[in-house]
Amino acid sequence: MTVYLIRRLMQSALVVLAMTVILFLGVYAIGDPIEILISPDADQIERERAIAALGLDRPLWEQYFTFLGNALQGDLGRSFVFNEPALKLILQKMPATLELALAATVFAIILGLPLGLIAGLKPDAIYSRVIMATSILGFSLPTFWVGLMLIMVFAVQLGWLPSTGRGPTAEFLGVQWSFLTTDGLRYLIMPALNLSLFKISLVIRLTRAGVRETVLMDYVKFARAKGLSPNRVIFVHVLKNILIPVVTVTALEFGSTIAFSVVTESIFAWPGMGKLIIDSIYVLDRPVIVAYLMIIVFMFIILNFTVDVLYSVLDPRVRLQDQKA
Amino acid sequence: MSEQPTIEVRNLRTHFFTKAGVVKAVDDVSFSVGKGRILGLVGESGSGKSVTGFSIMGLVDPPGRVAGGEILFQGRDLAKLSEEEMRKIRGARIAMIFQDPMMTLNPVLRIDTQMIETVLAHDKVSEAEARKRARAALVQVGIPSPDERLKAYPHQFSGGMRQRVAIAIALLHKPELIIADEPTTALDVTIQGQILFEVQKLCRESGTSLIWITHDLSVVAGLADEICVMYASRIVEKGTVDEVLDHPLHPYTRGLIGSVPSRNVRGRPLAQIPGMTPSLLNLPPGCAFRARCPRASEACLVEPEMTAPLPNREVRCFHPHLETVAA
Amino acid sequence: MTPPPAEAAVTSAALAPATAREETPFRRFVADFAESKVAVGAFVVFVVIALLAIFANVIAPQNPYDLAQLDIMDGRMPPGTVGGAGFTYILGTDDQGRDMFSGILFGLRISLMVGAGSAFIAFIVGTSLGLLAAYFGGRTDTLIMRLVDLQLSFPSILVALMILAFLGKGILNVVIAIVVVEWAYYARTVRGTALVERRREYIEAAECLALSKPRIVFRHLLPNCLPPLIVILTMQVARAIALEATLSFLGLGVPVTEPSLGLLIANGYEYMLSGRYWISFYPGIALLVTIVVINLVGDQLRDVLNPRLRK
Repeated sequence: MTVYLIRRLMQSALVVLAMTVILFLGVYAIGDPIEILISPDADQIERERAIAALGLDRPLWEQYFTFLGNALQGDLGRSFVFNEPALKLILQKMPATLELALAATVFAIILGLPLGLIAGLKPDAIYSRVIMATSILGFSLPTFWVGLMLIMVFAVQLGWLPSTGRGPTAEFLGVQWSFLTTDGLRYLIMPALNLSLFKISLVIRLTRAGVRETVLMDYVKFARAKGLSPNRVIFVHVLKNILIPVVTVTALEFGSTIAFSVVTESIFAWPGMGKLIIDSIYVLDRPVIVAYLMIIVFMFIILNFTVDVLYSVLDPRVRLQDQKA
Repeated sequence: MSEQPTIEVRNLRTHFFTKAGVVKAVDDVSFSVGKGRILGLVGESGSGKSVTGFSIMGLVDPPGRVAGGEILFQGRDLAKLSEEEMRKIRGARIAMIFQDPMMTLNPVLRIDTQMIETVLAHDKVSEAEARKRARAALVQVGIPSPDERLKAYPHQFSGGMRQRVAIAIALLHKPELIIADEPTTALDVTIQGQILFEVQKLCRESGTSLIWITHDLSVVAGLADEICVMYASRIVEKGTVDEVLDHPLHPYTRGLIGSVPSRNVRGRPLAQIPGMTPSLLNLPPGCAFRARCPRASEACLVEPEMTAPLPNREVRCFHPHLETVAA
Repeated sequence: MTPPPAEAAVTSAALAPATAREETPFRRFVADFAESKVAVGAFVVFVVIALLAIFANVIAPQNPYDLAQLDIMDGRMPPGTVGGAGFTYILGTDDQGRDMFSGILFGLRISLMVGAGSAFIAFIVGTSLGLLAAYFGGRTDTLIMRLVDLQLSFPSILVALMILAFLGKGILNVVIAIVVVEWAYYARTVRGTALVERRREYIEAAECLALSKPRIVFRHLLPNCLPPLIVILTMQVARAIALEATLSFLGLGVPVTEPSLGLLIANGYEYMLSGRYWISFYPGIALLVTIVVINLVGDQLRDVLNPRLRK
C-alpha cells in the first residue's frame, strides 16, 4: 500500500511537471512572450527593461527553470490589468466559484437521487420515461443555452429570480457566502441549477441503473420476505447500496464542475474564477490565465489522486490490477 | 388427516406475461403440508419450484403474477390478501430462506440492523428487547459469541455462518411455515449436513412446517416426510419420501434417481436423462416429458392428468412404473 | 381494413424470398435502423438541416455577412416585420439589422462545418494512434494510452480553454481545440476493439502472407473496428457542435464577421434581458434541434451496430 501511494504520488508530481512544461511552452514558445507578459501599453524602454528582467534573452531551458522556480514560490506573475499578483487575484475569486460548485453538487444529489429512484423503481411508467428523456437532454444540451432559457423564463418573463450577479453575501469563517442571506440565495439558485444540469442527469442515470440492479438482488427480496415495509426496503436496503457509488462519482465530478463554472459564471455574471479567466482572456491578461490554469490543473491532480487512493483502499481488485501493471 | 394442514396449495398457476409470450412457470400445482411436516419440492432448475415458493410468499415480481388457484394458509387464501396483510404474514408467520447465503444479507448493513428490523417489522417492542431476541436467535442456530457477531457486517462471515444468520432471522418470529429454497446448495458438504440437521431439529422442536425446495434428491431423502417432483411447471409425482424413492412411478422421477451417484452402482456409467428441459415459452401440447421419455407413446400427445394408481401415491403419467411396486 | 390473416400470410410469404435474395449487410443495417421511428424522423430532420446549411446562400433572403445588405435601421425588429429591403424578417433581426433567418442558416453552416470537420479530423488522428497502440503494443501502447488517460481526466472545456488561451480565437484554432479534446475517445475505443480483433484468425492469416504492416492495420484491422467508431463519430459531431457553440458564446470561438449559432446566441444575449428574446432564442432552437437529432441518430446507431445486441 505504501509503495502504491508513493508511486501514485510520484506519478502525480510528474503530471504536474508535465503541465508546467506545456503551459510554459504555451506561453513562451507558441505565443510571443513579450506580447503575452508585458503590458501592450508599455513603451520601448520599459519593454527592454522588462525583457531583461524576465530573462527573455536567456536560452529557453533556463527560462523554464526560472519560471518553475518562481511558480514553486507561489509567484505566478502579476496581472497587468489589476497590477496585483495573479495568484492572489484568483484566490480572492475562488470562494464564489467553490460556493457555486458546491451548491450545484447539492442540487445534483437532492434532485437527481429521488428522480433516479422513481425512474428505477417504475422503469416502464410514463413519468419515468419523461425523467429519462429529460436526462438525455441534460447530457446533450449546451449548458449556456439552458442558462439563457432559465434567465428568459424565470428572470425576464416571470420575474421570480434576479437574472445576473451574486447579490448580498454574509461572512462565515472569514469567507463571504451567498447562501447565508435570503436574497443571496435567490441569486444563487439559477446559476447553481444551470451548473448542476449535467450532474443531475448523471446522478439520475447512476441512481436508476443502481436501483434496477439492486432491486433484483437476493438481499432485497430477502428483506421483503422478512416482512419489512416497502419504504424500509427502498430507503434503507436499496438506497444505502446505491449511495456509495453515486456519492463517489459526484465527488469525482467536482473538479469538472469547477471547470464548467466558466460557462455558467459568464452567463450569470457570477464573480468567480471562471468569469475572471474569461475576462482575462479577452484582455490578454496572460499571467492570470497561466495562474488559473496552473491552479485548476493542480486541483484536478490532487482530486484524481485522492479518488484513486480511496478507490484502491475500498476495492482490493483495483489495487491488484495496478500492481500487475 | 383430521387436523387442518398448515398450508394447502390448490391448482396454483403463476404466469409470467413477457413480451415474447406467457410463460407458465407454475401450472396447476397442488400440495399440502401438515403441522410439523417436511415437504421436499424436487425438480431441475427452471421447473417452477422456486416460483412456487415465491408465490406462497406473495413475492412474484412483474411481469409474473399468481394467475389462478388458492394458497390456503391455515384456511386463509393468501392469494386474496392485500399487500399490507401479506406483509404482516411474511417474516412472521411464513419465513423464507434463500439459496445463496452470500447474497441474502445486505452487504452494507450490520447483522444487528438486519435482525432488529425484522423484529420491529412485526412486533411493537423496544429496540433493546428486539436486540435480545436477535441475540437469542443467533444462539439458537449455534453461532458463537453472538454479541460480537451482531455488530459485524455480512462479509465478515463465512457462507455457512451467513446461512445460519439467515435461518436465525427466519426463526425470529417462530413462524408456522418456513420455505427453504435450496439453502444448502451453495455450501460445502460438511456444512450442508450440519445445516440440514439443525433445520430438521428446529422444525421438530417447534412444530414448524417446512417446504424444502431442492434439485438434490439425496438431500431430501434424509430430511423430508413427503416429496413432490416437479417437471416443466407441473407436479409429476407425489408421495411419501420412502415410497417415491424406492418405487418411483414416473419415468422422470426414475431418471432423477438413476442419475444420483451411489456406491451400489460404482463402475457403471451413471444413467442420464437424455435431452434438455423444454422451454416453457412454447411447450408442445401433451406430456412435457414426452420427448425425453423412454415410455412415450401416442397417448402422451394428450396432457396426462394427476392420477392415484396406488393409495397415497399420485402420478401424472399414462405409463407409470407400476411393475416395480408389484415386484 | 386489416386483411384477413390468411391473405396476410400469403403476401408475406410472397415477399419473403424477394427480400431474402437482395439481403446485403447495408440493407440489413438500414432495416435495423428503420425499426425506430424516432431515429428515422431524427435522421430526416438532420438531412433537412444539413440541406438548409449547404444551400444557405440560395435559400436565405439575405447574405448576413455582407454588411452592405444590412440596414441598421432595421435593427432588433421582432419576427414578422417587413423590412426596408422588402422581404419579411420571419424570425426578426439582430442589433445590426441582420435577418435572423438568414443568420441562422449561415450560422448552421459554420456550426456543422466546424463540428463535423473537427470530429472527423479527431477521428482520423485518434483512430490512427489507437491502432498504432493496439498493433505495436509495448512502449508505443503505454505512451499513447497514458496520453489518453491524461486527456480524459481533464474536462473538455478546460482543455479547449487552455488551447484557445494560447492560440487565440479563430475557426482553425477552435478546430484544433476540439480535435485535441476528442481524439482520445477514438483512440481508446479503437484500441479496445483492435486488441480483440488482432487475435482473430484473419489477422494471423494476413501476417502469414507477409503483408506489410500498414496494409494489415488499415486494410484488415481497421474495417473490422469501424462499427463502434461510427457510433462515437456521430456522438462526437454533436459534442463538437455544442463545444464550438459554447466557445463562440464565450467569445473565444469563431470571429464576429462569420457568426456560428453560438455567436449569434451570444450577440442576442444582452437584448434578451430587455425582452427581445428572438435574437438569442431562434438560433438557440436551431442549435438544440441539431444536437438532439444527431444524438437520436447516434443512439439508434449504437443499438444497431452493437454486436452484442444483434439477433
